[in-house]
Amino acid sequence: MDFSHILNSKKLAFSVILSVFLSVFACKSFAIQSEKAGVEEKNAKEEAFNPTTAILEHIADSHYWHVGGEVSFPLPVILYTDKGIENFSGAAFEHGAKPYQGKYYTYKLVDDKIRVVGANGEVDKETSKKIYDFSITKNVIAMWIAGLLLLIIFLSVASTYKKRTGKAPKGFQSLIEPVILFVRDEIARPNIGYKYSKYMPVLLTIFFFIWINNLLGLIPIFPGGANVTGNILFTFVLATIVLLVVNFSANKYYWKHIFLPDVPLWLYPIMIPVELIGIISRPFALMIRLYANISAGHIIVLSLISLIFIFKSLLIAPVSVAFVLFMDVLELLVAFLQAFIFTMLTALFIGTAVEEHHH
Amino acid sequence: MGELFENLLNDHLGFVVWALVAFVILLVLLGKFAWKPIMAAITERERSIEDALLKAEAAKEEMARLTNENEQLLKQARAERDLILKEARQMKDQIINEAKEAAQAEGARMIEKASIEINNQKAIALASVKEQVASLSIEIAEKVLQKQLENKTQQDALVADLLKEVKIG
Repeated sequence: MDFSHILNSKKLAFSVILSVFLSVFACKSFAIQSEKAGVEEKNAKEEAFNPTTAILEHIADSHYWHVGGEVSFPLPVILYTDKGIENFSGAAFEHGAKPYQGKYYTYKLVDDKIRVVGANGEVDKETSKKIYDFSITKNVIAMWIAGLLLLIIFLSVASTYKKRTGKAPKGFQSLIEPVILFVRDEIARPNIGYKYSKYMPVLLTIFFFIWINNLLGLIPIFPGGANVTGNILFTFVLATIVLLVVNFSANKYYWKHIFLPDVPLWLYPIMIPVELIGIISRPFALMIRLYANISAGHIIVLSLISLIFIFKSLLIAPVSVAFVLFMDVLELLVAFLQAFIFTMLTALFIGTAVEEHHH
Repeated sequence: MGELFENLLNDHLGFVVWALVAFVILLVLLGKFAWKPIMAAITERERSIEDALLKAEAAKEEMARLTNENEQLLKQARAERDLILKEARQMKDQIINEAKEAAQAEGARMIEKASIEINNQKAIALASVKEQVASLSIEIAEKVLQKQLENKTQQDALVADLLKEVKIG
């Protein structure tokens, strides 16, 4: 038998290269260990790299927009206090190093959260409870960028539609139209039924807002990189909107199903609470699903990049980058998929709420 | 766990409000200026395409109907033409026959007339010939007589002859 095809296999070649890389890096890490004593004094000045804090910092919201190296944009801080509204630049905190004397209190950034400090420099927990942080944070700005992009894209597409009434789609319009038709024909119509057109605006907005935020989150440099859809508060807001839309559009059959289900009377004490929990749990699942999926993607990518810093070796970089590339491509799919699933389930819930029962 | 939820509202209410505001503004703006015209345009286009398809189908049916009708008409026309041709042929034959008959009749009539005329003319001619012959005969006879009867004996002989002849005649 001829085995030459095995030697020609691309897979094999790739794994050989990978194993060579890994062995080189293994030798290198041994070398690092042996050299460790020598460079320890030098490293002692630098902070030890802690991947957990680094990754969590990257996926969390922030009062700064970190661009690269030591460069970061301070973002405006807006505080609603019991005495009035405070408004100043985040630069005043110097990344939490210094407290800032505001109009009403002295504030300090503790773990990127604003706390009131007393005269002794200690955090005043009681007064901290009186201030509400309405700052324009990184995620807020990212959200605005996403919103602005959506407005630019869809207003221009809408104007194309007005200009080319009744004609075949052209240019950017023909890129967008299949997606809109996808939302209408694959998401709204099969799940909601003939009343779908009323819910199209909210479904389209949810779909495209999630999708564009997911995509922007995948871009590692400035306009992107924020983890908006991987922020549980953002998904909480979306889920709340879904909850409101579903329950406000619900008809009498839906409420009858919840409060007067077709079960023996003695089961009511069990059924009604279960149904009521169901009202909350469905949007809750939406919230967790989107948050967890997008955060997980960001964490995996950041972990792979962190490998370079954990091993303190540039040789690991090609492996990391290869895996990150793979993950990013996967995340492109996930970005669409999660937007689709969120919208799809929203449509499904609306569908159950507006469904006409004929008993 | 308690630590996690401490100051939850203080730290995060702002973001929730901003997100809500952003979403609602986006929903309103996109809903009014993007989704509404886009969906309307798509629906309108689909409707017009469906309309056009239906019309095409109707036109096809109409076409088929017309073709059918044309064929029917053609068939009818052909039949009519055949009928007319047949009638014409019959008429032609009839006319020819009639003409033949008339010609024959006329011919016969003319022949008859001619023969009558001929007979008449013949009779007239004969009569005149007879007359001329008679007069000539008489003249000749006269002259002969004159010559013969110059003397008395000849006159008597003639009278005797004539009398003989008359007896025979």
